Amino acid sequence: MSKVLLDIKNLHAEIEDEGKAILKGLNLTVKAGEIHAVMGPNGAGKSTLASVVAGKDGYEVTDGSVNMDGIDLLDLDPDERAKEGLFLAFQYPIEIPGVSNINFLRTAINEIRDYRKDEPMSAKEFMALVREKSKLVELDSKLASRSVNEGFSGGEKKRNEIFQMAMLDPKVAFLDETDSGLDIDALRVVAAGVNKLKSENNAVIIITHYQRLLDYIIPDFVHVLADGKIVKTGDKSLALELEEKGYDWLTEEKTV
Amino acid sequence: MASYTEEELAADLKNQEYKFGFTTDIESEKFPVGLNEDVIRLISAKKDEPEWLLEYRLNAFKIWQEMKEPEWAHVHYTKPEFQEISYFAAPKKQYESWDDVDPEMKATMDKLGISMDEQKKLTGVAVDFVMDSVSVATSFKEKLGELGIIFSSFSEAVQNHPDLVRKHLGTVVPTTDNFYAALNSAVFSDGSFCYIPKGVRCPMELSTYFRINESGTGQFERTLVVADEGSYVSYLEGCTAPQRDENQLHAAVVELIALDDAEIKYSTVQNWFPGDKDGVGGIFNFVTKRGICHTNSKISWTQVETGSAVTWKYPSCILKGDNSIGEFYSVAVTNNYQQADTGTKMIHLGKNTKSTVISKGISAGQSQNSYRGLIQINKNAHNARNFTQCDSLLMSDRCGAHTFPYIECLNNSAKLEHEATTSKIGEDQIFYCQQRGLSEESAIGLIVNGYVKEVLNKLPMEFAVEAQKLLAISLENSVG
Repeated sequence: MSKVLLDIKNLHAEIEDEGKAILKGLNLTVKAGEIHAVMGPNGAGKSTLASVVAGKDGYEVTDGSVNMDGIDLLDLDPDERAKEGLFLAFQYPIEIPGVSNINFLRTAINEIRDYRKDEPMSAKEFMALVREKSKLVELDSKLASRSVNEGFSGGEKKRNEIFQMAMLDPKVAFLDETDSGLDIDALRVVAAGVNKLKSENNAVIIITHYQRLLDYIIPDFVHVLADGKIVKTGDKSLALELEEKGYDWLTEEKTV
Repeated sequence: MASYTEEELAADLKNQEYKFGFTTDIESEKFPVGLNEDVIRLISAKKDEPEWLLEYRLNAFKIWQEMKEPEWAHVHYTKPEFQEISYFAAPKKQYESWDDVDPEMKATMDKLGISMDEQKKLTGVAVDFVMDSVSVATSFKEKLGELGIIFSSFSEAVQNHPDLVRKHLGTVVPTTDNFYAALNSAVFSDGSFCYIPKGVRCPMELSTYFRINESGTGQFERTLVVADEGSYVSYLEGCTAPQRDENQLHAAVVELIALDDAEIKYSTVQNWFPGDKDGVGGIFNFVTKRGICHTNSKISWTQVETGSAVTWKYPSCILKGDNSIGEFYSVAVTNNYQQADTGTKMIHLGKNTKSTVISKGISAGQSQNSYRGLIQINKNAHNARNFTQCDSLLMSDRCGAHTFPYIECLNNSAKLEHEATTSKIGEDQIFYCQQRGLSEESAIGLIVNGYVKEVLNKLPMEFAVEAQKLLAISLENSVG
């Protein structure tokens, strides 16, 4: 029986200042070694879910809890959540001019190590890790030394997100529409990277509109998020069904 | 004032109290406050200066009296009371060698993080340490001497190389140049002098640390760097000041002379006391820095300005010789109630002259940060080129960033480029960094250092590291 890595219970969240409720009692349990896909119509709250779990400013949690491997995430600052092993691959990765990817990751890794009371990683060890992990997503070694995401193509940005994930080795990773903007070759590479990173000790939650990505990363569970809640859970076949029938039948089913 | 006696001086010193920050408890010789011809004669006499230098000072004093303080800068402050400033302070003891230096003074340098012993060993930097106004220790002199390089306090240079000083003093920044330059010319206490002979490449970074120590003493440093034909020198100037609760005036003059085919790199990290969080106290930094480039020569100014309550400073280049190059790289950080009006003037006179200006302003708190620059292409400056980029980064919604670029072009063959951006530090950027495990503080440090990288890259290595730390310290808790 593998252990629960992420346990979201009755999560309610709204947009700060506006008071507009987005998540309305969401429940999700993810165990080690599992891949979950969260699908749903536009505006259902998929990206909000990832943002709230990661602790982004601008949202207020009004009820519920988020527990990661025994730790209450909602009490922590965003960086502490990351240090505990949470990773979010951004839908729109942010550019940081003048800061090299390498320097960025080295700073991050050493801060995380410091938090966990580990020794800093030596430069040699770090560079070896960079070489190993950049191969995983076929990231051009030149990109590793360029400024974070600056001047990267859409595909390169997404690859870079997975590269960072590989470097940081998180317990729980949210991939927020990592497939959007990727051509089929890039999609394959990114998916292969994620598959290689998957282990019995971590879990991945894929947020996506399309089942396309799920041809390459086979989920254990597919959830439909609509109007701030998980309204249906199934296996891979649910994704195919959604592709065919859309979401309307589910939201209608719910209202009946 | 002239009747001021040794006894009165001793009494003054006895009553001296050191209230603010960490001040070194060294016996100091301090003039009474106020400025008149007698005080200037006294300064000159104390230093045993030649007649021509006294005349130079007195002439400057006359000119200064006729001048008004400039008011065009985008800064607001209560003007200093020039008759309430003491115009000279020197540690009483002079030292023969480093071993003789007062242990207390050494301790102060340790607090400033500039242990000379360490620097001697590790960095190969020759340090001309200026505490208050008189240099107390100079190192590596012998090694430099072998190459014919002169690097000494200004006073020593006046004694040992009067002809060189006389030939160049005031040739780049004339006494009449501006109010503060005139004041400095009248009362300058000490500073540094550097001469690199023909064809010599100075093998180490020359470094001077300035520091205000004596309460209520204005600092009037004078720096003169002469690079003779075909020579090269990199000069570092770093400033720190202990905490103060009153405004202190700092009006320095720096003159650089690059003769044919010479190159001067002048780097500054300025961290004078900026005042407290409520804008009380802090240094007034009114500085005139200018260099002249002869044929095929190059002058490069790099500055990291994080300190001072009010900064008024425009390191400039006169590109007199054909094919000469002027560069200005600047990072100016203002926080709390700091005000900075800084930039450069590039005066193109010769043919094929080139200038580059990269200015990065960072404003936080309720501070005001202005870039003011003049690019002047004169009639005979055929094929002159300038590239200017000034970027402003806002850290809060109560601070101000301003740009005042002036361009005067009298020659149609010139090519001028000007780029400017203003941005607010992104919450998205900070969140992105945090999501990767960086604390908010280190996220801001990283983003800011990325923003200023272009400029920091121009600094010598050990200075760049110091500058990075300074930026982080200056911007603590500043995002709002």
